[in-house]
Amino acid sequence: MRLELRGITKRFPGVIANRAVNLTVEPGEIHALLGENGAGKTTLMNVLFGLYQPDEGEILIDGKPVTFHDPGDAIEAGIGMVHQHFMLVPVFTVTENVMLGVESVRGPLGQQLDRPAARKRILEISAAHNLRVDPDALIEDLPVGVRQRVEIIKTLYRQSDLLVLDEPTAVLTPQEDAELFEIMRSLKASGTSIVFITHKLNEVLEIADRITVLRAGQVVGTTTPAETTEESLAAMMVGRHVSLVVDKETAKPDEVVLEVDDLVVKDDRGHITVDGLDLQVRGGEIVAIAGVQGNGQTELVEAITGLRQPLSGTIRISGELVRSTPRSILEAGVAHVPEDRLEDGCVPAFTVAENLVLNTYYRPPFSRGLQLDRAAIETAADQLVKDFDVRTPSVFNTVANLSGGNQQKVIVAREFSRPIRLLVAAQPTRGLDVGSIEYIHRRIVEKRDEGAAVLIVSTELDEVFALADRIAVMYQGKIVDILDPDVATTEQIGLLMGGSRPVGIVEAEAAGELTHVVTTGG
Amino acid sequence: MAESKTPESKTPESKTPESKTPGSQPADRSRLGQRLAAGARGLVVPVLAIFSALVIGAVVIVLSDVTFFERLQADPGAALGAAVDEVLAAYSALFTGAVGSPTTYVDAFASGDLDQVTHAFVPVSETLLAATPLIFTGLAVALGFQCGLFNIGAEGQLYVGAMFGTFAGFAFAGLPLFIHLPLAIGAGFLGGALWGFIPGLLKARTGAHEVIVTIMLNYTAFRLIEFVLKVPGYQREGRTDPISKVTLESAWYPLLVEGLRANWGFILGLVAAVLVSWLLFRSTRGFEFRAVGFNPTAARYAGMSIATSTILAMTISGGLAGLAGTSIVLGVTHSLTSGISAGFGFDGIAIALMAGSRPRGIIFASLLFGAFRAGATPMQSITGIPIDLVVVIQALVIMFVAAPALVRGIYRIRVPETTGLETFGQGWRA
Repeated sequence: MRLELRGITKRFPGVIANRAVNLTVEPGEIHALLGENGAGKTTLMNVLFGLYQPDEGEILIDGKPVTFHDPGDAIEAGIGMVHQHFMLVPVFTVTENVMLGVESVRGPLGQQLDRPAARKRILEISAAHNLRVDPDALIEDLPVGVRQRVEIIKTLYRQSDLLVLDEPTAVLTPQEDAELFEIMRSLKASGTSIVFITHKLNEVLEIADRITVLRAGQVVGTTTPAETTEESLAAMMVGRHVSLVVDKETAKPDEVVLEVDDLVVKDDRGHITVDGLDLQVRGGEIVAIAGVQGNGQTELVEAITGLRQPLSGTIRISGELVRSTPRSILEAGVAHVPEDRLEDGCVPAFTVAENLVLNTYYRPPFSRGLQLDRAAIETAADQLVKDFDVRTPSVFNTVANLSGGNQQKVIVAREFSRPIRLLVAAQPTRGLDVGSIEYIHRRIVEKRDEGAAVLIVSTELDEVFALADRIAVMYQGKIVDILDPDVATTEQIGLLMGGSRPVGIVEAEAAGELTHVVTTGG
Repeated sequence: MAESKTPESKTPESKTPESKTPGSQPADRSRLGQRLAAGARGLVVPVLAIFSALVIGAVVIVLSDVTFFERLQADPGAALGAAVDEVLAAYSALFTGAVGSPTTYVDAFASGDLDQVTHAFVPVSETLLAATPLIFTGLAVALGFQCGLFNIGAEGQLYVGAMFGTFAGFAFAGLPLFIHLPLAIGAGFLGGALWGFIPGLLKARTGAHEVIVTIMLNYTAFRLIEFVLKVPGYQREGRTDPISKVTLESAWYPLLVEGLRANWGFILGLVAAVLVSWLLFRSTRGFEFRAVGFNPTAARYAGMSIATSTILAMTISGGLAGLAGTSIVLGVTHSLTSGISAGFGFDGIAIALMAGSRPRGIIFASLLFGAFRAGATPMQSITGIPIDLVVVIQALVIMFVAAPALVRGIYRIRVPETTGLETFGQGWRA
């Protein structure tokens, strides 16, 4: 299928989300759509998928103009969308999920689901494109990477000729990335077109045939991997030169600030997810925990910040035992940038000013007796908004109305403006654009240089490499290895994250060269 | 610091640099302007909701006359004319019943007779009287909403408050008013607070949902009242029906004006609204309540105690509902029966919803509902339109307010920038 978007303009009250956007996707082409958050990628794809009607412009399929009133029309026309958040029913099997909405039926009254027929087609699709999946497995038992394959199968089952993948690699390990790229190449070979939305520049260069960059709702340019570099793509996205490498000097580790010993923590469902973990972070160094999501990182962070009581083991901050409330840990000089910024990090319905004092509101100068000192809160907020370059009309706007990058800056401003000894940041730049990532990384390194101990949890290896002075790989509740970012390779860490032990390391271990290694069953 | 030019601004206002300057004149003005604009926007939906409800109410008046269609066939012009007259008569009776008639005011002031002037104000007095318990229950429910709690138990808390207040009202003889009245009011607050504390504690400790517990505690309170009213020493001597002793006059809310029933309970309601407003929006405790209400996880991450906020908010909420009870037994009936509240606790939910859980809005919403209640009886006696019409109109107002999308759809109002996190919706969260 040849898709052409011609002069698409979409306005919302006060904003033009897409301004005369032209985009052509040739049959069997992988076309990367690159842009910062708020650049209009999602709006454009929602127009394509029939969720929005364009104010101007038209959509052409194989040269013929089409109008999509709803996603049903788009699916009918052969467009398949794999959303960032999967649309699957966890308690249904793969087959049931795939056939949902296009159920084939059998029986005299046409009342019985024809699972065998659906199952057979799923196996065919799966064999054709190396989409390995068990059609009888329940979704809830499947890892994220496999769920994504189910989503792709869903679109192929509906005979899509054009696939839109919305940030598909955000949830995957490097190995899963590679598998996904294989699948994408196989689909391409069979003539399927793919629109690949991402903000990871290296992936774009690896997989795309052509790249279109959006900025502020407009197409900045279309290029090919051969003609461009990561630096120039970043500059196109942001509109200025962006430093992709975090400038930092060698760490000068001081004394141990965070000391975790034999820690065991359960998650909400009662499973032990942190299982005898040991870790030390010194003042003036950044330790980054690399790991696939769901290997106990969340529970580890919650235990350190007092949000979850550990089953056993100890956590010491500057030598003092931690076994108390989140507030006393905050007061002990621990800053926490939580994983889910809207759910855990701020109150979206509160103003910027209120969010900036969310954990200090009860202390002078922000409170006098029983009462908040509004003037003091607002003055401090005005200053922080300036210092941390938060783009907001005023400190009285609610955080919900800010962009993701600015929401994160509000949280960073709040946490970094207190005197801190330990900074715990989980996915500090998830979903942010290049400009904001650069800014937040620089602030984190600044905190390190001021002598704070920094613990970063990230599933993005780029981020881990950019920030870490030491990389701790976490797998199934344990730190399986601690590596030097100057020596370690992505492959090495990727394998450790997936539970395998690279040969080189096992040999080194045998030779007694590595001291931090904990044996695992992988 | 490098000047980054990230195009993150999504709204046109974000390009006005002067609004960032702290403390400067233009910034202050734009802040005031923003607040005023927000306030005006907040009024649009309630006003249109009331208007729509009155329009539909008019249709109900016309259609409830069974002869209307016959007359319409016979003589459409006359029938429609009569229908308009009927609606106008009903609404003007409702209006004069609630705020008084202009001619009566003019005549009374012209006569110069104090009694006549006082009498002209009877409708206003009745409106204030009916609004008083509504202010308290509205505040009670709103406080819960702000903390993410849906207190359906205001009715039960009102009764327990009334029970405590009545006891303090008749049990302590010989006290001067300035001691006895505060004592009885305090007892009422305590009773309601106790009835709010129980669901708060259960929610904080066991996770029991406050909606279920407060509904059940309503029934418990009703039966408790029936029981207490039969207990010797509480029941009035010489009576076999469930009625309490008469409270002493030293525990009664003084009248605002001699000859009118409106009393200082209304003033206490206004004071309570100011205090609740301070608590929610000025105090550190209220900051916690609202943070917990909007986003309990973030509140916990910020070191706040969700349990403390839940228990405290439910207790204060119950106490406010208890004050509604005292406003009735110490202000109107002067004794307790099982029928003192005609659903004031449940109307409080509607009022809190309508006011968006804002104390100032609650005063206006209570006055509106009070006016409906006060005007309903005169309307029935003058025009024969049943009191129930008022219930229909109230229900329609609530329906329109609870479904702002409907009002915006009818009047084609552009959807304002919302966060999708309006305060009163929070109480519904499981």
